[in-house]
Amino acid sequence: MSELVDVRLTVNGAPQHGRCEPRKLLVDFLREDLGLTGTHAGCEHGLCGACTIHIDGEAARSCTTLAVQADGADILTVEGLARGDVLHPLQQAFHECHALQCGFCTPGMLMTAIDFLNAHPAPNEDEVREAMSAVVCRCTGYQGIVDAVLQVSRSRR
Amino acid sequence: MKPPRFAYHAPDSVEEALALLERYGGDARVLAGGQSLVPMLNFRLVTPAALVDLRRIASLAYVREEGRHVAIGGMTRQRAAERSPVVATRLPLMTEALRWVGHLPTRSRGTVGGSIAHADPSAELPAVFLALDGEAVAIGPAGRRTIAAADFFQSFFTTALAPTEVLTEVRFAAMPAGAGHAVEEFARRKGDFAIVGIAAVVAQAGGRAAHVRLVAFGASGTPLRLAAAEAALADGPLDRAALARAAEAARGEVDPVADNNASADYRRHLVGVLVERAAARAAGIALPQEPAHV
Repeated sequence: MSELVDVRLTVNGAPQHGRCEPRKLLVDFLREDLGLTGTHAGCEHGLCGACTIHIDGEAARSCTTLAVQADGADILTVEGLARGDVLHPLQQAFHECHALQCGFCTPGMLMTAIDFLNAHPAPNEDEVREAMSAVVCRCTGYQGIVDAVLQVSRSRR
Repeated sequence: MKPPRFAYHAPDSVEEALALLERYGGDARVLAGGQSLVPMLNFRLVTPAALVDLRRIASLAYVREEGRHVAIGGMTRQRAAERSPVVATRLPLMTEALRWVGHLPTRSRGTVGGSIAHADPSAELPAVFLALDGEAVAIGPAGRRTIAAADFFQSFFTTALAPTEVLTEVRFAAMPAGAGHAVEEFARRKGDFAIVGIAAVVAQAGGRAAHVRLVAFGASGTPLRLAAAEAALADGPLDRAALARAAEAARGEVDPVADNNASADYRRHLVGVLVERAAARAAGIALPQEPAHV
């Protein structure tokens, strides 16, 4: 085993600390060391987007980021979206638009779409489709996902 | 898949990073944003003894206008460069190309210097670096040197950088005023690596091309300047016949490989099609409408 490194970061508003090998991926650190299993590990090489979280306010792949690279960072995961029983507006829209079936990609979809809407508050459908192509869904065919993202965008105007 | 074991260092200065790279004698890798290196570690395509992470060297992330030049720090995130008004004004080819680089979540981590140093032959930023006649600033044990883009790319994933050097900056002269530009790319999904792409810059004077740069990516072992196609475009009036001559010349000067995405012949065909489209858009020449296809 290589020498362990300290990783101190903020996750969903709470300070967290762990010790891990430098080779530990951030997605595994979140899941195994912090018990936050909402972030899903899919392809593990940055292609499928299931593991997308926010690092310092911007969407990023947690499977192509080492935990130690996130030392000192402010992390938001899918667990940080709802306020108690009140879903985040995008989660609510996913529910209403049937934007998920198996749910495996959903955390990555949500975290990607939230960052996209922050950066592009009034996108058209083509822009939404392009942005959401960053995450691979093999169940829904994307229509519900695109509808949900557009619904939230319209409701904010 | 998970990375192999490695020692990890996150130095606070370039000097410290250089000392670490020296200490490992070429068996350490520089970690910038990690969007290429971490997947390669996950696949165990690379097994370095150590990673030297530049994340703490905040002084390597900047976009600066220096007279007629634009200097971009090696650790500048691709997303920061994409949002930079200086890049948009002075190097609009790069702004357009950045929209093709991965997806928003990879651009928020990936860096400009990392992509150029990684030298994936199908990546956009190395092609832009070549098309804009950029210069790489590298610091190593022997000090600072600059490497012209034309001398930078040597082969697949191989550059003129020594394993003990750090790419600290890329520099560009501002694009000629009034120059047109275009990036045309064919990929299975926007954000995937290009099967083939073309970066084009065309400045005109009196109906002729005064300055032309055509660079193909995904069509050879390195991004490739299409010198014969550039000459064909500049030879005579800038019209559709010139575009066709450039496309024909371009097909003859690339050396594509076959892989599971496309055959060599298909890549060669795409080079011609995309040279025509990119040069047309950069030169403001309308092409006949393509039939709709899926």
